[in-house]
Amino acid sequence: METLEQIKARVEALWPNARLELIANESPSGQRSLLVDNASALRIAEFLRDDPELHFDYCSNVTGVDWPELVTQTKVKKKTVVDGVEKEVEETVETRRPEYLEVVYHLYSIAKKHGPVILRMRTENRADKANVPSLTPIWRGCEFQEREAFDLYGIVFDGHPDLRRILMWDEFKDFPMRRDYVEPDDYEYEPTPHDEVMEKAKAHAAQGGKP
Amino acid sequence: MSVFAEMPPKNYELLPKGGDADGELLEISMGPHHPSTHGVFRMDVVLDGERVVKLKPVFGYLHRNHEKIAEGTTYLGSMPYTDRLDYFCSMTNNWAYALSVEKLAGLQVPERAEYIRVIVAELTRLQNHTCLIGFFVQDMGALGTPLMYAFREREKILDLFEELTGARMMYNYMRFGGLRCDVTADWLARLAALVEGYDKFLDEFELLFNENEILLARTQGVGILSKELAINASITGPMLRACGVNYDIRKVDKYGIYDRFDFKIPLGEHGDLYDRFMIRVLEMRESIKILRQALRDIPAGPFMDPKAKLRGFRPKAGEAYGRIEAAKGELGFYLISDGSPNPYRYRVRPPSFINLTILEDMCLGQHISDAVIILGSVDIVLGEVDR
Repeated sequence: METLEQIKARVEALWPNARLELIANESPSGQRSLLVDNASALRIAEFLRDDPELHFDYCSNVTGVDWPELVTQTKVKKKTVVDGVEKEVEETVETRRPEYLEVVYHLYSIAKKHGPVILRMRTENRADKANVPSLTPIWRGCEFQEREAFDLYGIVFDGHPDLRRILMWDEFKDFPMRRDYVEPDDYEYEPTPHDEVMEKAKAHAAQGGKP
Repeated sequence: MSVFAEMPPKNYELLPKGGDADGELLEISMGPHHPSTHGVFRMDVVLDGERVVKLKPVFGYLHRNHEKIAEGTTYLGSMPYTDRLDYFCSMTNNWAYALSVEKLAGLQVPERAEYIRVIVAELTRLQNHTCLIGFFVQDMGALGTPLMYAFREREKILDLFEELTGARMMYNYMRFGGLRCDVTADWLARLAALVEGYDKFLDEFELLFNENEILLARTQGVGILSKELAINASITGPMLRACGVNYDIRKVDKYGIYDRFDFKIPLGEHGDLYDRFMIRVLEMRESIKILRQALRDIPAGPFMDPKAKLRGFRPKAGEAYGRIEAAKGELGFYLISDGSPNPYRYRVRPPSFINLTILEDMCLGQHISDAVIILGSVDIVLGEVDR
């Protein structure tokens, strides 16, 4: 099978506008992935499926991953010259990872018996622009799995034929697989008078209903 | 719809005009507590007479957000939870999860443990397929007796598992880098006796069904699934091979030690219910072959990698996707580690959930009574579908 670098080069030769990025993986599994931009994802997916060399006719696994905003502070020792004397000063450097939702597709080829190639797409944010293009038109097997990612993560798949909740009930409001999901005090409409539930609800109400 | 093009014309003209029976479509909800749905599962079916015009599966009645629970517990802590996914095949669930974590952390499995894993996985496949055929025949109206034959054989396998692990169904048997406990020589001897007897049982079972006129009439040419659609819709396992696609992960990935065994992949030709039924019968014969070879070759040695850590297990940051050929299809686990004791992301790729994608395509234009056996042939377990 071609390496990810070769696939990336071929895609970029076909569509110079497409932005692809290799995502490294430091675990012993060594499964690296290919981050594609949302605008050209559908074209790239079709290319991967129909190209006679690659022939990824089978999309095995589709899933969402939630990455909330993360600010990490690392202390770095830096040498600076203060009053003519060289000193080592500790500085805190802040790195900020923007928030986004990610969709991961694992592609295999049944005809060529190779794989996996891992495709990733990212949304702009986790609130109003949580859109990625749906790959169900390319691989029908994504249908239920994309619905599941929509249901549990709130990722909106543009172009999906039937985007509804699949595991949670239709009236459910939140997205339970997100990292910042807060469980309701009680799954009934009103808190039942069990001590534990009532305590939780009282604490909740004292904060103005905020978790 | 194109499905209706080659069908005989409707016979509604025979019914009196006017009134309720005048060719109107009827929408019924099959399930969630319908005996034919193999669990808590619902199908919204629109019927034209007895023909299915539209069918929408509705899931989620057993949803407990297994993935969220697993992200809140340690890697080893979710091993018992994987038992509850496909509660018929806990051993293969354990193996798929252990395999993925071993990929993530780069662990090695000792030889003896690999052999025992193959043995318990093939036993699981045997009992799953045996029961599936029992249920499948039951769906066709052969109530009770054939299913009891199947459960009689399953019970023998469960007895062996109970002796090995202490539980009949929820085994919690595998560990990252090995197994929880070793098998004894006595256990292996009894397993050998069971394997020798199984062929005879299968002969008997085949004699009962393979040329049964009702079974042939109900299954041949019903619920046909084309090769192209099956591949495109990510169908895996016996369903895919019944369409004639040669894809078995035991042969493709050669995970564990499957490259050491000599076995064949049975393939179907038409992709109808009969093929799906026969594929399972033939797969059981191949499983018996694998079991014989494994029993012949199993070496002595440790059953757990001495370097593997059970406590304080923290794989390096990264991700891994591991998959095995479970009895129902490709069972995969996708794990992302951020270096902490819990997985950052834990995803199950459930075969029977994804195999349901094309349920509507197979049922369109069929009788409602056939829709029941088509669902039976998909082989779903709702613990895994809903997670």
